[in-house]
Amino acid sequence: MNETIDLTHHSAGTHHLPQQRGWWPYVRRWVFTTNHKDIGTLYLWLSCIMFFVAGGMAMLIRAELFQPGHRLLEPDFFNQMTTLHGLIMVFGVVMPAFVGLANWQIPMMIGAPDMALPRLNNWSFWILPFAFLLLTSTLFLPGPAPNFGWTFYVPLSTLYGPPSTDFMIFSIHMMGISSILGAINIIATIINMRAPGMNYMKMPVFVWGWFITAFLLLGIMPVLAGAVTMMLTDRHFGTSFFNAAGGGDPLLFQHVFWFFGHPEVYVLILPAFGVMSEVIPTFSRKPLFGYSFMVYAIIIIAFLSYIVWVHHMFTTGVPLAAQLVFMYTTMLIAVPTGIKIFNWVATIYKGALTFETPMLFAIAFLFLFTLGGFSGLMLAIVPADYQYQDTYFVVAHFHYVLVPGSIFAIMTGVYYWLPKWTGRMYSEALGKWHFWLSVIFLNVTFFPMHFLGLAGMPRRVPDYALQFADFNRISSIGAFVFGAAQLLFLINIIWTIKKGKPATSQVWEGAHGLEWRLPSPAPYHSWGEPPSVEIVEEEKNIKNPELEH
Amino acid sequence: MFGFGYALVPLYNVLCKQLGINGKTDNQVDSPVSTIDTSRIITVQFLATNNGYLPWKFHPNKTTIEVHPGQNAYVTFYAKNESNKTMVVQAIPSVSPGLAAKYLRKTECFCFKHQTLDSQASMDMPLLFHLDRDLPKNVNTVTLSYTLFDVTNRANKASTEQEGRIR
Repeated sequence: MNETIDLTHHSAGTHHLPQQRGWWPYVRRWVFTTNHKDIGTLYLWLSCIMFFVAGGMAMLIRAELFQPGHRLLEPDFFNQMTTLHGLIMVFGVVMPAFVGLANWQIPMMIGAPDMALPRLNNWSFWILPFAFLLLTSTLFLPGPAPNFGWTFYVPLSTLYGPPSTDFMIFSIHMMGISSILGAINIIATIINMRAPGMNYMKMPVFVWGWFITAFLLLGIMPVLAGAVTMMLTDRHFGTSFFNAAGGGDPLLFQHVFWFFGHPEVYVLILPAFGVMSEVIPTFSRKPLFGYSFMVYAIIIIAFLSYIVWVHHMFTTGVPLAAQLVFMYTTMLIAVPTGIKIFNWVATIYKGALTFETPMLFAIAFLFLFTLGGFSGLMLAIVPADYQYQDTYFVVAHFHYVLVPGSIFAIMTGVYYWLPKWTGRMYSEALGKWHFWLSVIFLNVTFFPMHFLGLAGMPRRVPDYALQFADFNRISSIGAFVFGAAQLLFLINIIWTIKKGKPATSQVWEGAHGLEWRLPSPAPYHSWGEPPSVEIVEEEKNIKNPELEH
Repeated sequence: MFGFGYALVPLYNVLCKQLGINGKTDNQVDSPVSTIDTSRIITVQFLATNNGYLPWKFHPNKTTIEVHPGQNAYVTFYAKNESNKTMVVQAIPSVSPGLAAKYLRKTECFCFKHQTLDSQASMDMPLLFHLDRDLPKNVNTVTLSYTLFDVTNRANKASTEQEGRIR
C-alpha cells in the first residue's frame, strides 16, 4: 500500500510522509504508525496470512477425510488441525479483517481525521501477531497443540489438555485485550468524532454495524477472559471451577463459554451486514430500503444474541423449561435478520443493476447466508436438534453463515474499497474468476455436509463409516478447488497494487458517502478539515431519503 | 464484564439450587420424617462410577429398592481401596430426572465428606435418605448416581505443580 502513496502524492495531506528510503524507516513506519489507514492495512494483511494458514489446515482436514480410513494424519494431529482451524479462522481471520475494514472506513465515512485513540489503535493491532505466534508455535513445540476443538470444553481441556493449552489460554487473553481496546476506540470515535451534521441516523449502516459490534465485544470478551482464566487456575492453581471433585461443574464451563460464544458469532456477522448495506445500494443505484429498520434490526439482533446461548447445549441435560425458552428466543432472532434480508432484496428491486465483483459477492451472500440461516432455524428446534447436534449438519450450518456470510462480506468490502485505498482498480476478470470458482466450489464443499449430518456422520472425526464416503469425497474435492481459488484473490490484490488502472474518486457510479468525496487513493491524512455541512447533508439525503420527510 | 464472568460461577450455583435443576443435590443433612405416603411406590436405582482410573472397587450393595415418599431408606455402598497407598476420595452425587433432585433428602451420606481408606482396606459406606412427599406425581423412578473422585492430593494440600495435567 505504501507504493501507491509514494507514486501519487498529489493531495495536500501527503507532504509529511514518514516513508523515507531504507529498510529501517520502513520498519519504523509500520511498527509505530498511528494512522488508521496504515493500521487498517496491517489488520487486513494479518488476516490474509492467517486465512491461508487456517485454510491450509482445512485442506489437510479435507485431505484426510477424502477417503475412509486413517491415511494421512495421526488422529491426534487431525484434532489439532480442526481445533486450530477454528480458532484461527474465528479470531485470526474474520475478526481482524473486519477490524481492518473498520479502521480504514469508519473515520473516512464519518468525516473524522483518524480514530479517537490512535496510539491505542496501534497497540490493539500489534498484540495480535504475537498472540498468533504464541498459538501457532504450539505446532512446533514438543507435545500436541490444542486438540480439543475450538470450543475447548472442560474437562478435556483442563484435566487432559496438553501443556500447549496454556499457550492457547494466554493467546486468547491477548486477542481479547486487542478486541476490547479496539472496541473502545471504535465507540469513542463514533460518538465523539462525527463531522458536524453527521447525526446518528445519517451514519452509513456500516458504521452502525460496527458501533453495535463494539458494544457486543465489550460485553463478551471479558467473559471469555474469565472462562479461560478459570481454566488456567483449575489446571495449575488448585481451583475447582469446573472440577466436580472439588465441588465445581463442567457444565458451568459450557454456560460461560457460550454466553461469550453466541454473541461472538454475531460479532462475526454484524459488520458483514454493514458491508452489504453499503455495497448493495451502490450497485443497485438506489438508496438502501428501510434505513431505520436496518439500524433497529442490528440493535435488536445484538440484544437477542445475549439470550440464546443455551441452544448450543440442548443435549447436555438442561431442564426442559430452559430448552423451550431458548428455543423460542433463538427462533425470534430470525425475525430482525429476515427484515434485513428483505430490505436488501427490496433495495435491489427495480434498481439499475450492474454486476461488478463486489455485487456478485453481495448477491451470493444474500442467497447463501439465508440458506445458512435456514439450517440455523432447523437447529433451533429442540427435538430436531437432538438429532443434528454434534453432526456434520452443524458444520454445514456454520460454514454457510461464515464462508458465504462473513468471508464473502470481507471480500466484498475489499473489492469495493480497494480502489479507494490504493487508487487503482482491481482486475475485474480475476475478480470474476475468483467469485465463480469460490461460490460454486464452496457449495460443492459444504452442501453435502447437510446430508452427511442428517445421515448421522459425527463432527470432529478423522474417519467415518463407509456409507459417508461418497459425500465426503465430493466435499473434499470442492474444498481443494475452493482453497486454490483463494489464491486468485491474493494475486488480484497484489496485481492491483502494482499494475491496476488508476481509479477516480467516485470509483463506482452509484457510490454515495463521504469516503467517495476523497481522492483515490485516499490521502494519508484525510478530513483534516471536516467536510462541510452541505456535503454531509447531500450524502445523507441520497443514502437515507426517509430523513427528508 | 470480567467480574460478571466470575460472578457467573456463584450465580450458576445459586440458580441451580433455587430452581432445583441440574440434578444436583445439596449437601444438607435432612432430618428423618415420619409421615409416609403409602399410595405411591417409587423405584430408586443406584449407580456407582469411578472417575478416571481410580483403582477402587465401588458399587452399591443393593442396585434398586422400592420406597414410599416420606419413608426412610438405608442402603450401603461398598468401597475398597485396591491401590498400595492410603487414598482419599470424594463422592459426587447426581440425580435423574434432574428435577427430582431437590426432593431427594439425605439424612446421612458418605458423599457429605471426604472418605479415607488405607491400602487394601474396604468399607460399607452408608446412605440414609427419604424422598419428599411433594415428589411430582409423574416421577416413578429416581436414579441416584455417585461418581468417586480421587482427592488425595487436594486433601493433603499437596503440591499443585502439575506439569499441565491434573491427576
